[in-house]
Amino acid sequence: MNLQAIRAIYLFEMSRTFRTLLQSIASPVISTALYFIVFGSAIGQHMATIDGVPYGAFIVPGLVMMTLLTQSIANASFGIYLPRFTGTIYELLSAPVSVVEVLAGYVGAAASKSVLLGAIILVTARFFVPFEIVHPVWMVAFLVLIAVTFSLFGFILGLWADGFEKLQIVPLMIVTPLAFLGGTFYSIDMLPGIWRTVSLFNPVVYLVNGFRWSFYGASDVSPGVSFGMTFVFMALCVGVVTWMFRTGYRLRT
Amino acid sequence: MAADPIVVVSGLEKTYETGFKALKGIDLAIERGEIFALLGPNGAGKTTLIGIICGLVRPTSGTVTADGHDIVRDYRAARAAIGLVPQELATDTFETVWNTVSFSRGLFGLPADRAEVERVLRELSLWDKKDAKIKTLSGGMKRRVLIAKALAHEPRILFLDEPTAGVDVELRRDMWGIVRRLRERGVTIILTTHYIEEAEEMADRIGVIDKGELILVEEKHRLMRSLGRTRVSVGLREALIAVPPGIDDRLTLSSDGTTLSLVLDGETEDDDDSIAALVKALSARGIDFKTINTTRSSLEEIFIDLVGSRS
Ligand SMILES: Nc1ncnc2c1ncn2[C@@H]1O[C@H](COP(=O)(O)OP(=O)(O)O)[C@@H](O)[C@H]1O
Ligand SMILES: [Mg+2]
Repeated sequence: MNLQAIRAIYLFEMSRTFRTLLQSIASPVISTALYFIVFGSAIGQHMATIDGVPYGAFIVPGLVMMTLLTQSIANASFGIYLPRFTGTIYELLSAPVSVVEVLAGYVGAAASKSVLLGAIILVTARFFVPFEIVHPVWMVAFLVLIAVTFSLFGFILGLWADGFEKLQIVPLMIVTPLAFLGGTFYSIDMLPGIWRTVSLFNPVVYLVNGFRWSFYGASDVSPGVSFGMTFVFMALCVGVVTWMFRTGYRLRT
Repeated sequence: MAADPIVVVSGLEKTYETGFKALKGIDLAIERGEIFALLGPNGAGKTTLIGIICGLVRPTSGTVTADGHDIVRDYRAARAAIGLVPQELATDTFETVWNTVSFSRGLFGLPADRAEVERVLRELSLWDKKDAKIKTLSGGMKRRVLIAKALAHEPRILFLDEPTAGVDVELRRDMWGIVRRLRERGVTIILTTHYIEEAEEMADRIGVIDKGELILVEEKHRLMRSLGRTRVSVGLREALIAVPPGIDDRLTLSSDGTTLSLVLDGETEDDDDSIAALVKALSARGIDFKTINTTRSSLEEIFIDLVGSRS
């Protein structure tokens, strides 16, 4: 394995992040703070507790998850789309690297950034609402696993997209709705029967619930199922990326 | 021909998804340490050939080894031996020169080495630009950055795809200097060009590719000797009415009768003899002349002849 290459790609991607630090970190932090002000503090005061958890605290895991999803996808997709767009991808394709090094570098960097953002948001949230984390180890495990999984998904998106529009439309048209409808701001038990069943087809439900369980020890679906579903999705993404590299899809003519 | 070529291409074919056959069975061996110029018109398949050797394009059939390693089965070792400077000026515009060159070194598996990166930057006169963002550099400088990136992992084989396309004359001469210095260090260089002047100036051997076929590979001087033409023109003091008989069957007379011309094909070895014989014969017959010019055809004419005769 070419460890130097992983290091080079990782550092290169991280330096790109830090070069656009304000945009990378400030904007998700600001938008999350706004969510807390509106949903957590303002509306939350008029809401009952859910499963014994005050509403403001209840939405913390969901908000972190939403940022994690959107940022992982955005970072990873842009990270690989940019060299394709500018043509600098030639170097990666001519380098002594396999899909392993490429993923470790690009997905690793995108996931690192998301985890960092997630941590910043948690700290920001703590200023608005009090909350505790019952299973901190599981919380970190979920955070990392989901960041990696959705960075992989973003990487696939970045390989597939043949224009900036496609790069933006998938997160906007698919991921954001799924995230909103995935129980970010509510418990799916609050939904009438049929919608609750429909929700179970939304993968984000499992992520949010698993993550929320690690905070409060309660969730709509069992944490084992959540963890399992995330793994399945990750395995699926790894499979797709490997296939893309093997066939040269959108990379090698 | 040396026993151990550094790049061996055998039966290489490429059919693009569009069904277009860009390479139709290429066989080629590049010798260690030589400068090989791949000459051909636009669309001949030069970039496709380089792309396959470097890993950007997938071959349809055939094999390639680089420094003894199969480019598919043993791609890591093969690619580590190769540096590529692409035809397009694709750069990380927001990065500094230093970072982008260091990145290349790491990507190809070598540990960071400031001294080596410095050496490469100095070699390409980029040292004083090391902290400059690439977007602030001129086109010629960007091309140098691409060369520096390709050299950062100390490759034994360097591919330059049209290194001087759209570059002004001065920069072109610079580039030639760079290439020669690299060759002195033992780097094998394969460059593509459609400037024949460039091949003529730099190459040890020349391959001519047209419509996906390698139509000829030849040592440059031999190519020019064997396919070149020498034209001898003799300016006469007094006009003649007809070509004087018994001197040389190839002799022609201009319509005004004042110039005798002799066209000598192929090897130059006999040219001097032919010219001497002509001069003697003219003197012996009392035909007085004031000038003798000999011109040798350029690679350009050879090339146009070669490619032109195929279409
Ligand atoms: N990705 C591709 N798909 C289809 N045809 C291609 C592709 N790339 C190149 N070609 C065609 O293959 C031929 C050779 O191209 P190329 O190798 O770039 O030639 P050169 O570098 O000699 O100008 C051209 O006719 C070109 O149009
Ligand atoms: Mg070309």
